[in-house]
Amino acid sequence: MTDAALPHAAAETAAPVRRDFGLKRRHAAEARFRFYGIAAITIGLAFLAILLISIFSKGYTAFVQTSITVPVEFSAQIIDKDDKRATDPKVLVSANYPVIARNALAKALGVDPADKKAMKEISNFVSDGSRSLLRDIVASDPSVIGTTRNVTLLAAADIDSANKGQIDLNVPEAKRKVSDQQLAWLNQLKAAGQVSTPFNWGLLTFGASSRPETAGLGVALVGSLYMMAIVLLCALPIGVAASIYLEEFAKKNRFTDFIEVNINNLAAVPSIVYGLLGLAVFINFFGMPRSAPLVGGFVLTLMTLPTIIIATRAALRSVPPSIRSAALGIGASKMQMVFDHVLPLATPGILTGTIIGLARALGETAPLLLIGMVAFVADRPATPLDPATALPVQIYMWANEAERAFVERTSGAIIVLLVFLALMNLAAILLRRRFERRW
Amino acid sequence: MSLESAAIATASVSRSNAPSKMTGEDVCVFYGAKQALFDVNLKIEQFNVTSLIGPSGCGKSTFLRSLNRMNDTIEGCRVTGKINLDEDDIYDPSIDVVELRARVGMVFQKPNPFPKSIYENVAYGPRIHGIARNKADLDEIVHSSLRRAGLWNEVKDRLLEPGTGLSGGQQQRLCIARAIATKPEVLLMDEPCSALDPIATAVIEELIDELRENFTIVIVTHSMQQAARVSQKTAFFHLGKLIEEGKTEDIFTNPRNRQTQDYITGRIG
Amino acid sequence: MSVGWIVAIVLGIGAVAYFFAAQRARAQREGIDRSKQVPHSLPTYHGWLAFILAAIPALLFFLVFSLLSNALIQNRISNEVATHIGDPAAASLSIGIVHNVATALGKLGLSGDNLPGSYAALRDAASSSGVALADSGEDYMVPLAAGVNADSNGYRFIGQGLALLFSLAGAVFAYSRIRIRLRARNQVERVVLWSLLGASTVAILTTVGIVLSMLGETIHFFSDVNPLTFFFGTVWDPRFADAGSGATNGQFGLIPLLAGTLYIALVSMLFAVPVGLMAAVYMGEYASNRVRSTVKPLLELLAGIPTIVYGIFAVVTLGPFFRDLSAALAGGFAFIQAQSVFTAGIVMGVMLIPVVSSLSDDVITAVPRAMRDGSLALGATRSETIRKVILPAALPGIVGALLLTASRAIGETMIVVLAAGVAARLSVNPFEAMTTITVKIVNQLTGDLEFNSPQTLVAFALGLTLFALTLGMNVYALYIVRKYREQYE
Ligand SMILES: Nc1ncnc2c1ncn2[C@@H]1O[C@H](COP(=O)(O)OP(=O)(O)O)[C@@H](O)[C@H]1O
Ligand SMILES: [Mg+2]
Repeated sequence: MTDAALPHAAAETAAPVRRDFGLKRRHAAEARFRFYGIAAITIGLAFLAILLISIFSKGYTAFVQTSITVPVEFSAQIIDKDDKRATDPKVLVSANYPVIARNALAKALGVDPADKKAMKEISNFVSDGSRSLLRDIVASDPSVIGTTRNVTLLAAADIDSANKGQIDLNVPEAKRKVSDQQLAWLNQLKAAGQVSTPFNWGLLTFGASSRPETAGLGVALVGSLYMMAIVLLCALPIGVAASIYLEEFAKKNRFTDFIEVNINNLAAVPSIVYGLLGLAVFINFFGMPRSAPLVGGFVLTLMTLPTIIIATRAALRSVPPSIRSAALGIGASKMQMVFDHVLPLATPGILTGTIIGLARALGETAPLLLIGMVAFVADRPATPLDPATALPVQIYMWANEAERAFVERTSGAIIVLLVFLALMNLAAILLRRRFERRW
Repeated sequence: MSLESAAIATASVSRSNAPSKMTGEDVCVFYGAKQALFDVNLKIEQFNVTSLIGPSGCGKSTFLRSLNRMNDTIEGCRVTGKINLDEDDIYDPSIDVVELRARVGMVFQKPNPFPKSIYENVAYGPRIHGIARNKADLDEIVHSSLRRAGLWNEVKDRLLEPGTGLSGGQQQRLCIARAIATKPEVLLMDEPCSALDPIATAVIEELIDELRENFTIVIVTHSMQQAARVSQKTAFFHLGKLIEEGKTEDIFTNPRNRQTQDYITGRIG
Repeated sequence: MSVGWIVAIVLGIGAVAYFFAAQRARAQREGIDRSKQVPHSLPTYHGWLAFILAAIPALLFFLVFSLLSNALIQNRISNEVATHIGDPAAASLSIGIVHNVATALGKLGLSGDNLPGSYAALRDAASSSGVALADSGEDYMVPLAAGVNADSNGYRFIGQGLALLFSLAGAVFAYSRIRIRLRARNQVERVVLWSLLGASTVAILTTVGIVLSMLGETIHFFSDVNPLTFFFGTVWDPRFADAGSGATNGQFGLIPLLAGTLYIALVSMLFAVPVGLMAAVYMGEYASNRVRSTVKPLLELLAGIPTIVYGIFAVVTLGPFFRDLSAALAGGFAFIQAQSVFTAGIVMGVMLIPVVSSLSDDVITAVPRAMRDGSLALGATRSETIRKVILPAALPGIVGALLLTASRAIGETMIVVLAAGVAARLSVNPFEAMTTITVKIVNQLTGDLEFNSPQTLVAFALGLTLFALTLGMNVYALYIVRKYREQYE
């Protein structure tokens, strides 16, 4: 401070009349400095805004899905030509349902089934997922065979994009994924009120699929849920136990110092290193399955542990020593002091730290890539040992898909992830507000 | 040196004939390499109030804490010499400190109620020591402890409200109630009134006098008036040494030691 | 009985022991004269002690016994396989088949006396009941597998029986020991303390696990590739060999990856440090409470966004934007590639802004108020106070904070995987793609792995390099920050 003030003080004694030496320049410097600060904050906030806007503007359309409702004739001719379903139920499963869907659409559009080219474009109009949709209808109620019913089919991804106005119509037809004919049909169906855009539950329930309109986050959500449960069940008890030992019982010595350095360092180890650890130890050494949420959960547990320990120790430390002496003074043992008084008072802080750790684990991708969570899994895992993916990994996989509809779904999936993270952080904030105690 | 040993000798002559509850022999306390108490020899008489006085930093709290081994909780703290509670050497390895502290309770300088209900504050000790046989028993212990701490009338309608919501003086009486609920034999108080206003202080002092009937009390105080008012015996510490001890009126009216004289006339401290 | 059952039964015995022990302790304390004798521990502690004695030794024994018997069985299999097979490399396959045969025999309910005569016969029998077996098994494996099954049944029988026995013995022992003065609480607490201590060693075990696992694979890698060509090689071209061929004709030069890593980290730091530092200073020294309480959480949002989101932001928004911008500026030629050091660096920089600003905020607030007041009282402006008093005083702490930030930048994976590109080249042009250590770890380890090829193992060598690099920075930074804090405590 003296080097700033001394020359000024000298000037004062030399010329007591003038006190504003360089004052203008100094105020200008002050203003400039302030401006830099404001600029820095503006840059940060601007990037935040751009990032969120770009994600949301690209992603919100993923939450609706164009669907087409047409009368579908469950023709016995196509499904079960030889009338064998009583003896051989397999025919109902392997029947040619896409033809039924195509015919239904052709009829609704008034297209001649003999027109091969038009029929091909019509097949590309609805999702291939119609096959399983129609199959499930028939399988659950074989009596529909021979009748006609209104069925809502998912539009194919390109038609969905066209309906959402995402396809540039100035591009010559040959270079577009959607032909003029298909656009005309789409408009025709719209005019007939047969096109709807309901909420896209499939985005949250379907598993992996190479077709965007039937690809969803179902497997990833279940996988992430399993992993979060494992992290909570493993990291919270271990982390709290370790913190209690270090904070309340450990004597200050080399060993505890070493643990201390270890924990601080583990908190700063790149997450990908934990992936290597998981690969080498859990998968290669212990022979656990690849792609399993169990292994992912263990890896994330190790990664989250330092965060929880650091938060828990801070929470324990914030309980005033007077509480401890009060308990000891009436003859509580140290263990009773900790478990009856200190731990309950530290609980809000511990939970806040745990939630924040869990949120970080939920968004973590890199270590999961290494233990094989980059997998094409169509069915939701029944146990944590079955193959699954995770929410951020699914985002990564979709980001690598080329199709337009996957871009939308990538951003949609990010929105889902961000909503979960926002909820978790909100819970942490509320918890802190509600139970924060000032000593 | 010779002056002090003379002081101890005279003090031992002046001992009254009440039986002693606790005795300290050659008690030295070290914090790491630093010695905080030097060869203290002191007898605590049963059903009397003994006050420890002396300038701050002289080791009063240190001595008090060594009486229920609260010093064990301070890292690097070491006690040598011998302290007996009745016949038991309290630093003997066979002694369970937890049981010891149930017998030698402590009240601290700053009121430190648990952030729980008033009832829970008082009930905690009896519960962990298994003193009450059932709920009714426990209720009875809580009520009588609060009554004896002179707090019953003020809190009887809000036993389930947090103890931290009470005023400072009430909190301190709650802490006393909490300490006597475990039915200790000795009650240690480390400047129990220093955080309180004069009125609350007067209430506590009165309380101490009543508690003397059932408990042996050792109180640290920096106020000589307080020592004179509440205690029958007084011990004067200076720079980690016990300079003089004896009947309170003797110490205050007729101190044998120069340092004691200086202190009670306000020249040190 | 399965392992789960044994554990459940042992825990059940423990629960029963808890109940009766607590009961007995309660009865004992009812029956005494308290003026003569004081009970030591509450009945619940006697209960817990009984539970511990009934459950823990038994479970520990069971664990050790299972591991040992498993090792014995493995040993038997590999010994017998070795007598039939000369080539140790092929042995692991045969051992796997023996395990499968054993499982199949178990499922089919076949043992010693009703064994099929040949492997082929077994395979047919198995496949007709839906159990698939490999083609390449041999006849000797069938009796071996049957023997293994018999062994493991025997071991299991002994192990489970002994575990139950231990459990009962522990329960009875605990029950019979209950006395008024028994220090049950102290003993229970000692067990709890040991488990707390055990939990705190997990941190050490993790570090040891990281180092050992990576070191092992790295040494393995260096037996194929000369460490010198790894550390000083300037060409990265691992050339995935055909699976199984084990050929090592790739080149594994670390230099281009390291250069890319450091270059991107440098760009990100150049962006994040001034922005983050100025933001922290402004919020700490100038902003009103209202502004601070809205802006700070908003900036912290940036820290809560997963890195995969930043990566995608770079790929779909910022990368194309910079490319188009440069094309517009240079009249059609996009001199900034969509994937480039520049794009990756900027996006990573955005991610680091809150890191820099919260770390330096901590450091700046640690500077005592008195220093600031002293300077202001001399008539210094606020910016002069900050620049000439606070920042110099906080400098060591800030350096530590920046080192921590840099280590984050070096270890960051998803942003660079998506935004930096995969081309391992040495270049000084920030507008071209370069790649990083983390990207290559991901590249080498996603997809089908074969654990013995250098193409896979190199990832561990890269990981160890990364770990060593960040470890050095972290430890040094934590040391500086700690020293700095002590100075003002
Ligand atoms: N926890 C401790 N660690 C180290 N030294 C201590 C500690 N507590 C007290 N001391 C030292 O022991 C001496 C006696 O302290 P204390 O018993 O608290 O004095 P009093 O209560 O008489 O004011 C003092 O010099 C003090 O600095
Ligand atoms: Mg004191």
